[in-house]
Amino acid sequence: MKTSTFIRYELMRNFRNRRFFVFTVGFPLALYLLIAAPNRHEESLAGSGIPAPLYFMVGLAALGTMNAIVGGGARIAYERVSGWTRQLRLTPLRPRAYFGTKVAAGYLSASLTIAALYTAGIVLGVHLSAGRWLEMTGLLLIGLLPFAALGIFLGHVLGVEAVGPTVGGLGGLLGFLGGVWFPLGGGVMHDIAQALPSFWLVQASHVSLGGQGWSATGWLVVTAWTVVLSVLAVYAYRRDTARA
Amino acid sequence: MTQTTVVEIEGVQKSFRTPEGPVAAVRGVDLSIRPGELVALLGPNGAGKSTTIDMLLGLTRPDTGTVRVLGGQPLDATSAGLVGVMLQTGSLLRDVSARELLTMMASLYPAPLAVDEVLQLVGIEAIADRRTQKLSGGETQRVRFALALVSNPELLVLDEPTVAMDVESRHAFWTTMRQFAARGTTVLFATHHLEEADAHADRAVLVAEGRVVADGPTNEIKAMVGRRTIRATLADVPLAALLLPGVESADRHGDTVILSSNDTDQALRALLDTFPQARGIELTGAGLEQAFLALTGRTGR
Repeated sequence: MKTSTFIRYELMRNFRNRRFFVFTVGFPLALYLLIAAPNRHEESLAGSGIPAPLYFMVGLAALGTMNAIVGGGARIAYERVSGWTRQLRLTPLRPRAYFGTKVAAGYLSASLTIAALYTAGIVLGVHLSAGRWLEMTGLLLIGLLPFAALGIFLGHVLGVEAVGPTVGGLGGLLGFLGGVWFPLGGGVMHDIAQALPSFWLVQASHVSLGGQGWSATGWLVVTAWTVVLSVLAVYAYRRDTARA
Repeated sequence: MTQTTVVEIEGVQKSFRTPEGPVAAVRGVDLSIRPGELVALLGPNGAGKSTTIDMLLGLTRPDTGTVRVLGGQPLDATSAGLVGVMLQTGSLLRDVSARELLTMMASLYPAPLAVDEVLQLVGIEAIADRRTQKLSGGETQRVRFALALVSNPELLVLDEPTVAMDVESRHAFWTTMRQFAARGTTVLFATHHLEEADAHADRAVLVAEGRVVADGPTNEIKAMVGRRTIRATLADVPLAALLLPGVESADRHGDTVILSSNDTDQALRALLDTFPQARGIELTGAGLEQAFLALTGRTGR
């Protein structure tokens, strides 16, 4: 058995879907250029101490990768409704491996989004040491874990017609509350934001300040969401297959 | 294979919860299939064929009874890649060609067939490089059939495989199925066409209202349910004279005679030879549904 062949085709399939591609890579890149280019000389966005090109670069990478990862998992809904997952259950492919391919496909799209935004960021003057680039990228990739679980969960509970609006709406809301568009000041909004995993994705831009990327709260929030959403995803999968 | 049965279903029952209360889909099915058998699961729509197949594949768990496939639990057999399946409904994965999809699926199995061999066997080389979403309904069905074969299964399960096929695809499909079965693969297919069971299976298992009502060689089953009725306007002929070759029983309503037959070709020839004055001849198949009603009545439900 060569599951690698299966995964390879599964990844290739993603990139043949032009619409998926345009929305996950093209959309955040276009937004970044629109927002960051006019503010490229802003050295400290809204008093955050982070230059605007860097802040928005990470913010939009967060939004784009979040959508890529959640959307990738939610595509299970189409395969569920079309009867394809039923067919797969009759093969030696284990559910865990199936989810693995979905997450891998999501991460691959996310990596492309990140690469596109980093390139644009460098063009707009983002300057970081190699270590800081790596640290930031690592935090982004780890911060996406809860969203991978969220995607698989949504893929099992949503109908096909609900996938688009839900993923789009959720992405917009989580992005806004996470501070994609501007740094959130203190107060209630900030407290709410801190409890959301999207906030910590955007916080990866703090590496430029020289401190730690995430506080202990950050690690705790990301871990907790990953665990809770994974449990929900497993539950949704079990419920879905028991009914069939 | 050393085991004596490929499929062993015993006393299986299954109900589903619906808003109107529980519905018993399968009320008691026993079925044993030996290696190399070519078996048709024959019954009208709603007889419980698909539910039985779902339990056989481990997609649904029976409420009572046991199901064993190739000596183990159904899920063990499918996880080991021993069962090739074509379910009644289901579309193909998008954004890949038929060839790529077969390659992708073959990679999941321990000992698959060569993709080119399967493409050729099913006769879909011409469409092999087309994206699956661009295939017609009949072509999609053939690719789904190819997917069932590519694992080189020991047991092939086909749930109403020809429902969405045109006449041409249907013919090609059965030819391929027989070729494949000739390798020694055990085949179970569900159908509601007596002709399909008769033409392509060695044994037919009749299911009606969730029960097995008959099980035997297809020719016996055909004789049991294949009875048809000939009606004709024919005055002044005694009933005894109507018991022609091929006619099982005769009846009369006024000038109309009603002949019941298992071999209507023979009966019709005899009728026209003997009574050229017969007019307004109608031939009606009793149809599976009616035959099943008669059979289930006979089992004293």
